[in-house]
Amino acid sequence: MSASLSIVVVEPDRVRASLIVDSLRDAGSYDIHVISEPTGLARKIHALNPDVVLIDVESPSRDTLEELALASGPLDRPVAMFVDRDGEGLTDTAIEAGVSAYVVDGMKPQRVKPIMDAAIARFRMFQRMRTELAETKRALEERKMIDRAKGMLMKARGIDEDEAYALLRKTAMDQGKRVADVAAALVTAAGLLG
Amino acid sequence: MIAAPLSVGFLPLIDAAPLIVAHEMGFAAEESLALDLRRAPSWSSVRDMLSFGRVEAAHMLAPVPVAAALGLGGAGTPLSAVSVLGVNGTVIGVSNALAARLRDHGHDFAFNDARAAGEALIAVAVQPLRLGVPFPFSMHAELLYYWLSALGLPAPQSVEIRTVPPSLMADAMQAGEIDAFCVGEPWGSIAVENGVGTLLLPGRAIWRFAPEKVLAVRSNWAEAEPDLLGRLIRTVWRAGRWLAEPGAPTLAAELLSRREYLDLPAEILDRALNGRLVISSHGGERHVPGFVEFHHAAATFPWRSQAEWIGQQLAARTGLDRPTAARAARAVFCSDLYRAALAPTRAALPGASSKIEGALSEETAVVSTSGRLFLGPDSFFDGRIFEPSAQ
Repeated sequence: MSASLSIVVVEPDRVRASLIVDSLRDAGSYDIHVISEPTGLARKIHALNPDVVLIDVESPSRDTLEELALASGPLDRPVAMFVDRDGEGLTDTAIEAGVSAYVVDGMKPQRVKPIMDAAIARFRMFQRMRTELAETKRALEERKMIDRAKGMLMKARGIDEDEAYALLRKTAMDQGKRVADVAAALVTAAGLLG
Repeated sequence: MIAAPLSVGFLPLIDAAPLIVAHEMGFAAEESLALDLRRAPSWSSVRDMLSFGRVEAAHMLAPVPVAAALGLGGAGTPLSAVSVLGVNGTVIGVSNALAARLRDHGHDFAFNDARAAGEALIAVAVQPLRLGVPFPFSMHAELLYYWLSALGLPAPQSVEIRTVPPSLMADAMQAGEIDAFCVGEPWGSIAVENGVGTLLLPGRAIWRFAPEKVLAVRSNWAEAEPDLLGRLIRTVWRAGRWLAEPGAPTLAAELLSRREYLDLPAEILDRALNGRLVISSHGGERHVPGFVEFHHAAATFPWRSQAEWIGQQLAARTGLDRPTAARAARAVFCSDLYRAALAPTRAALPGASSKIEGALSEETAVVSTSGRLFLGPDSFFDGRIFEPSAQ
């Protein structure tokens, strides 16, 4: 039997897919295929006949993989979600990181572990990137809102930019709110008043 | 009393309504529960969220906890169905090409005759028929297999089954991946709306009283938290009762359409909730009273016989020992926990916990704990009955 396990990575995003493949290559010598199209997923996986399938927990295509648990032909290898029975909490950690693995029947947990470890580390990074992106977007939107509020105050009260910001900050402090929230309230109120 | 936080997973479907209504209409607050509703992208995801303790309860396909008890799929965590969430609420749809062949064959799309529709489908379909179902363990799959097999097309052996998540069903049909599907609303109506499919039958035309979704919890959580569990069951029961009031479906459609829930136009959700389905993009409305049921006829009572029916279908297909499967399945639908939770309310509870499935062709009065309770109809389209094993 070949020592090299074959892995299928189901990931529509090319960049993410190649990052996952890179980290798996660092973790060991594996035969890796990427499937980026969800159509006909079960058929494609069946044709590749892998030992392990890695997929984003959030991917709706995951349900297709559950079908493989019922592989019926005598030569079919039933595939099931990887669940570690050693109490290491590996599956739990994986799901928290956003990845789930499906492995063929009879696979030894210790052979799957390095793959899981690599995938978990990579998916954690994706999660961090997603959080960072969301944070950056939010900060940008707040900045825009504050700028609009400042503009309104400057026009309405004939004050300069620094004074407008000082006014927003003082109001925020007096009311125990964030500057961005006060700015948003002002912009909304101005919109309502026309 | 400070409301106890309770996280519940759900999929964007019409029959998540009792949970959404419980939260939005204050039924949860009445029981001092603060529901944290978490939308999941797929059935395996919601099952795993529950199995690994990310949520305490979940909107779940009725066969999933039964399958788990039989060792099929999942993480090996025992799950309990503590209430049915919704009865029926699914549709069978066909591709436009197949709909055209059915019309040429003389089928009338009356939307109520499973035998006529099934025989026409088998007559005109190019074999093997490619069928989309949302999950391998689902009432959708069971209804299709039961229906086609009864009409002489042994399923799943003689058809090709494709697993497609509900929200992607219309896309799969558009891509030519499937010829027909069985899916929970509103996703059949979405296929109609996108002009890619025509509705052939409501699921209830095959089985008038199919337990479609259940409220599932981890069995050990149910044991450890009897008080929280009782409050959750009562909350969902009251939400279901509210949903059965005239006028409630229209308001429920508005609630469900919100971005954090189904994020779809209320008009499309209203079709299933009010039982008025548009079957094709040419228009053509069909009135289906009781298309989805949340309350009447003890809809949310988890009958042990329903679980056993599911268990027997799964065992027959996977070659498991039938008596063992029947026993394991029965234990999954916890009519005892449901009874205990609703004892303090005025809910009319049936005297028995098992019934002969398919025996009632009309509404029938039965013995209940408080006065009269009407059950049924619960017949199968071919008139067969399922007699559960003696306890």
